[in-house]
Amino acid sequence: MSDVMTERQALAERPGGVSSLSLKQARLPRWTPAALALASAAIGCGIGLGAGLDSRIQWGLIAALVFVVATFVLSAAVEGARQAKDRLATGLVWMAFLLAVIPLASLLWETVVRGSKVLDGYFLSHSMGTLPDALPGGGIYHAIIGTLEQVGLATLIAAPLGLFTAIYLVEYGRGRLAKAVTFFVDVMTGIPSIVAGLFILSVWILILGFGPSGFAGSMALAILMVPVVVRSTEEMLKLVPNELREASLALGVPKWRTILKVVLPTSIGGITTGVMLAVARITGETAPVMLLVWGAKTINNNPFQDAQQSLPLYVFQQWQQGSEASYDRAWAAALVLIAFVMILNLVARGIARWKAPKTGR
Amino acid sequence: MAKRIDVSGLSAFYGNHKAIDDISMSVEPRSVTAFIGPSGCGKSTFLRTLNRMHEVTPGGRVEGKVLLDDEDLYGPGVDPVAVRRTVGMVFQRPNPFPTMSIFDNVAAGLRLNGTTKKSDLTDIVERSLKGANLWNEVKDRLNKPGSGLSGGQQQRLCIARAIAVEPQVLLMDEPCSALDPISTLAVEDLIGELKERFTIVIVTHNMQQAARVSDRTAFFNLSAVGQPGTLVEIDDTERIFSNPSVQATEDYISGRFG
Amino acid sequence: MTPSATATPDAAPPPAAAPDSAVSGKARRPGDRIFLGLSRGSGIALLVIMAAIAAFLTYRSVLAISGDHANFFTTLDWNATGTEPKFGIAVLAFGTVVSALIAMVIAVPVAVGIALFISHYAPRRLASPLGYVIDLLAAVPSIIYGLWGALFLVPHLGGLYGWLDDYLGWTGVFSYGGGAARSLFTVGILLAIMILPIVTSVSREVFLQAPRMHEEAALALGATRWEVIRMSVLPFGRSGIISASMLGLGRALGETMAVATVLSPSFLINTSLLDPGGGTFAQNIAAKFSEADTFGQDALIASGLVLFVITLLVNGAARLIIARRKEYS
Repeated sequence: MSDVMTERQALAERPGGVSSLSLKQARLPRWTPAALALASAAIGCGIGLGAGLDSRIQWGLIAALVFVVATFVLSAAVEGARQAKDRLATGLVWMAFLLAVIPLASLLWETVVRGSKVLDGYFLSHSMGTLPDALPGGGIYHAIIGTLEQVGLATLIAAPLGLFTAIYLVEYGRGRLAKAVTFFVDVMTGIPSIVAGLFILSVWILILGFGPSGFAGSMALAILMVPVVVRSTEEMLKLVPNELREASLALGVPKWRTILKVVLPTSIGGITTGVMLAVARITGETAPVMLLVWGAKTINNNPFQDAQQSLPLYVFQQWQQGSEASYDRAWAAALVLIAFVMILNLVARGIARWKAPKTGR
Repeated sequence: MAKRIDVSGLSAFYGNHKAIDDISMSVEPRSVTAFIGPSGCGKSTFLRTLNRMHEVTPGGRVEGKVLLDDEDLYGPGVDPVAVRRTVGMVFQRPNPFPTMSIFDNVAAGLRLNGTTKKSDLTDIVERSLKGANLWNEVKDRLNKPGSGLSGGQQQRLCIARAIAVEPQVLLMDEPCSALDPISTLAVEDLIGELKERFTIVIVTHNMQQAARVSDRTAFFNLSAVGQPGTLVEIDDTERIFSNPSVQATEDYISGRFG
Repeated sequence: MTPSATATPDAAPPPAAAPDSAVSGKARRPGDRIFLGLSRGSGIALLVIMAAIAAFLTYRSVLAISGDHANFFTTLDWNATGTEPKFGIAVLAFGTVVSALIAMVIAVPVAVGIALFISHYAPRRLASPLGYVIDLLAAVPSIIYGLWGALFLVPHLGGLYGWLDDYLGWTGVFSYGGGAARSLFTVGILLAIMILPIVTSVSREVFLQAPRMHEEAALALGATRWEVIRMSVLPFGRSGIISASMLGLGRALGETMAVATVLSPSFLINTSLLDPGGGTFAQNIAAKFSEADTFGQDALIASGLVLFVITLLVNGAARLIIARRKEYS
């Protein structure tokens, strides 16, 4: 606290600190926020150590509180209330940023560090087989197969359905049917994943009497995927300038060929991005898979028959086992899952940038 | 109330690109000074250096001096917020705050500066709207959103908002370019009245407008595209439009380029 | 928006040869007819799916609720087996709403802060990569948040909870008896972290769209940066913040795995948010599913239907708010 005090005195003593000239305003030096932040961090650690608080979260909270109060008081005293409010807002915004960075960075860090422990070629190419859960070893080959098949099937169902629905809404849709579809696409966007799982459970398993299978999971995943595809495709189709359509129609090209040859090629980059982002999203879904695919320890290549495994479900089940070895496997599978989703995202965004119409930002 | 402006050796940059080069001039108090010149010659940029608005554009940077009476706007310890409060600005497109009522729009600057008493606010808002020749048109709907007015009314609302905080100088960046002829006339009349109280600097593309409203006119030009803009000459408006001392000015005014 | 409206007049001057006016639904060319059929069929298929979801969930729920020997809405128990099943959603509704509210209270201000940081405070060179990273984080699967929450976050919260108990324990809401921090409050924190990226991402988009000219108007009046944001950015972005929050709330309400891994469930309504116990709809379904018989699954479906209705109401409310705000701007 002491350096803060001397600083304030120094400012108060400086001639013209509070200027009589209208344009000059007493300002804290540029390094004030940084100095205050350091001092607050030191105070936070000091109090934390001194009082023997064992949680780093508390240290951080104390430091943050000290920083906010000190900034406001100091600025209000030297620069006036308006500047103080401005500095307070700046401080809070920076803190919001740091507050969010810490857990999110920790999440990625933990996953990478703990996940890389058992992640190797063997882990990727073997299933759990008959390995007892408490023992080290085993792998995620069966889960990768399951995820690829389930997500692939879901995409096969959802992508055409979503694409055509979007085409209907943008190119044909007027009147009550289009309004209803738009409304229910919104509703569908809000369906919790577990409810989609329960729906397929009630129809496919409880009423029609099928057993668990990868395909059952795919249907639930497709329900989650369709609205995302519709929304993103719709946005992309709307970006296609009307002049293009009119030019084609004026040449006597039928509407369906105009859509197929002019509208879709113009927006194909954005549509692909949208579909890939939707794929990335459903790849991480666990709940419906748990209800409908159940999970398995061995390789099942047939998505239409019997239980399968999937990556997110594998993470959950390994965590449930609660042994050190299974925790390691859970982290490793989580790392694979995160890497897959991230790569999909990066590629999708890359396509979007590459194919983006050359206007706007 | 009104102050004079003395600019010396002023250059402005966007990143590494120099937009205007080494400009020196004086602006007399209680007068209207018009900036004319071809597009891209930096007159708007120069205008924005006079209230430190240039530096809010990313990469915006200024060298040189702008003295308001005797104070350098770019001197050490000068608060840009205080500068902008002292030097008001009206923009090309009318920009009343869309979520505020007409009253709140005019009161916005006052509230920032700590005037919160309702009766004070009411007085100043009324005075400012009268000053902007808008009072009679809006006095019955002060609580309606400002975005519901016509373009010309919106621009006068923005002028009322700017003069409500009693600035020393009023900068206008092509204030009529988005308005129809009748609204333009109303704003031009208003400028004629406002110069009794304020130092006014106006950027315009319309030379008739410069001739109509201004006492002095500054002509800006650039030697080539990509080169920084420079001040060619500044003189009494009458002289600029009848007998300019530089050939380029005459060429521009007679429509030979630009 | 509908291109056909403008396209029709110049597309086909002689009306007899106007196959392009497929808008009217009377496409005569086979290609057009098939294409329109596929598109409209997809739209109708979506409606059918939605209707089926509502119908089947309701049907199974009616089976379950009519076999319930206790009040479905007020019972503090979940026992869906045996000859006299007794189960109710009171605990689940409480836990779901409370944990989602905690998440919102933490996440929304922080997310708005980060969004402002990216759009108005961060150095420009930092801003766009940051936005990119936030978008990527929004794609991290929830099970990974769950794993991290259970194995990393929970062990780190005990100290904080003890501290809260020391100073705020007298309120009853923040009393903490020690033990693993597997409580509704922890769930709230984890959900907050989970929905941060998506709320941030949507808010940032909106802030970036705030018209430059209104910011300049505020600046020219002599506003500080914060005053500029308060006068021109936040009013403009308000409906965007609301819809972003509702998006986040929808995710928080329906989240399954992150809750299932972190919460230590019990069928009690705990006055203390820090003590373990409670449950949420989705978590309860995940936890009870594997040991449930057909009737038990129906009971879970009934609880899922309630969750569905709640999320629908939340989304509907969001849309109403946004529609109403649109009229003003």
